[in-house]
Amino acid sequence: MPDLLFQIAIIITKIVVLTFIVVLPLVPLSVYFERRFSAVIQDRVGPNRVGIPLTLFGFKKDFHLFGLIQPIADGLKLFLKEDFTPDHVRKAFYWMAPALTVVPALITVCVIPFGSPISIFGHEEKLLIADLDIGPLFIFSVASLSVYGITLAGWSSNSKFPFIGGVRSTAQMISYEIALGLSIVPVLMFYGDLNLSNIVQRQADHGWLLLPLWQNGRLGIPDLNTILFWFPAAIAFLIFTISIFAETNRMPFDLPECETELVGGYHTEYSSMKFAMFFMGEYAAMVIGSALIITLFFGGWSIGFGLDAWVSGLHIKEFYFGGLIHLGCFMTKLIVFILFFILVRWTVPRFRYDQLMKLGWVVFFEAALINVFLGALVISAPYLEKTIIGVGAVLLVILTLAVIWVAKVSEDTPKVLRA
Amino acid sequence: MAIVKLQRPKLNFGEKIYFGALIKGFFLTMTHAVKTLLGKSVGAESLASSGLGVTMQFPEQRWDEHLPDYYRGAPTLVTDEQGRERCVSCQLCEFICPPKAIKIKPSEIPSDDPWAKVEKRPLEFDIDMIRCIYCGMCEEVCPEQAIYLRKDYLITGLKRADMVHDKKKLYEIGGTRVGLVNKWNELK
Repeated sequence: MPDLLFQIAIIITKIVVLTFIVVLPLVPLSVYFERRFSAVIQDRVGPNRVGIPLTLFGFKKDFHLFGLIQPIADGLKLFLKEDFTPDHVRKAFYWMAPALTVVPALITVCVIPFGSPISIFGHEEKLLIADLDIGPLFIFSVASLSVYGITLAGWSSNSKFPFIGGVRSTAQMISYEIALGLSIVPVLMFYGDLNLSNIVQRQADHGWLLLPLWQNGRLGIPDLNTILFWFPAAIAFLIFTISIFAETNRMPFDLPECETELVGGYHTEYSSMKFAMFFMGEYAAMVIGSALIITLFFGGWSIGFGLDAWVSGLHIKEFYFGGLIHLGCFMTKLIVFILFFILVRWTVPRFRYDQLMKLGWVVFFEAALINVFLGALVISAPYLEKTIIGVGAVLLVILTLAVIWVAKVSEDTPKVLRA
Repeated sequence: MAIVKLQRPKLNFGEKIYFGALIKGFFLTMTHAVKTLLGKSVGAESLASSGLGVTMQFPEQRWDEHLPDYYRGAPTLVTDEQGRERCVSCQLCEFICPPKAIKIKPSEIPSDDPWAKVEKRPLEFDIDMIRCIYCGMCEEVCPEQAIYLRKDYLITGLKRADMVHDKKKLYEIGGTRVGLVNKWNELK
């Protein structure tokens, strides 16, 4: 019995620490980064004032802290605002929708491996909440639920712009979910595993998927097969990243809420904390999306350059703390990726709706499909005869050409039937 | 009107791929970011920036010394070299003022005053700075060169009454102005 209680205590500690201390603060932090980085890109300063107001207590100088307290002030403001529910909304769904966008984003945290195992007095503990054997599938299935929140928000608001936003969100989600799932199939085939912590461990041992430059702790050129697999991996990375942008409704694809066309999109009718929930959901989805990209393509918590085994071995007596260093490495990569997301947002203009659909269905879906075959060919090449590889390559080229031809034909304007 | 058929520009393969444009865009935004952080944005010097982008950070840094001579700030009353208040309360500014911000209560100058022949001066002269639109018509219309728009632009107050500049305040901001036409001065 005490053993069970101990287990439960550990699980609860992990949930609280990893979700509420590690991931949730990243949301206001990324809002801050978003504002400062966009300001810097646009030759402005951005929020740099909110800090510790010591002058209120009679001191000479304030601590500005680069405005890092700004998100807290924003959050406080949203808490204190009037929570206004318009008269014409469908109340139950209107109240449910914000929660439905936040919750899936936070649930997906549970399969992300944050660091290598920590061990105290011989008791080893992995730095992730649930060691599921279906990691990426779990994330896809849960993360795609967040579209219900957006759609319900759009529908229950019972006004036109939010409704259009909700419908767009649904269509966008359907189009990009396929590319998202298909794009990582070659990667998963390469690993032969769906357990995210195993995937990261493998990358720590054999080099990151997109940077396979070390083997078992030594720098060096990998074998031919791994080098060849770099190409399908890079294509997969490209498609996956762009699909994550679409999935999280980030800038080039933020059609559900685009301000220029739909006022505020699905959250037009929302105010106060309910709006903040949508905001939080969007940023949490961005954090999780970056975490997944890092985990699959950039070695998760792995420091790389063959240092991981050494770091894992660091200890003070019985306390092996290497996992915490790996946690720090993971967070660094996460923040870099969040900054990349922000850079993309302020660089790439929004796609038109038909361009978005075409990109999803005509380009990415086919590209991901071809990439599955390419990846399979590369992975299976060492076990096949040369003739079979040749036939496979020829078939792949034919398939690619056929797909390109179809895409080209679909671009032509249809003939007018009646003059 | 004739129908004009616009031909969309033909894109070559590189443009259709779109990635080149994306990478160009990244370089563009990152150049801006780096330049901003180094304080070398375009126009940072001429706009007297704070060292971050082109922005001047207000309460600490001010535009004051860069204000042009024709800057229209708060309207004020001025006195001349002899310390005489130039306003003769003709009320032209009160009539011309588009938002009706000026309120004048004229009074006579007693006969034992050295400037008795000017006959009138304002007893009260209020400019409601909440209403004032800084148009400068009062300055333009004044026949006595008594009201001027100065460079003060930080007109603040905690209540409405604070925002009404009375005669004392107006002379305080305006101060003395030399080199004006002295039509009431016998010495000249």
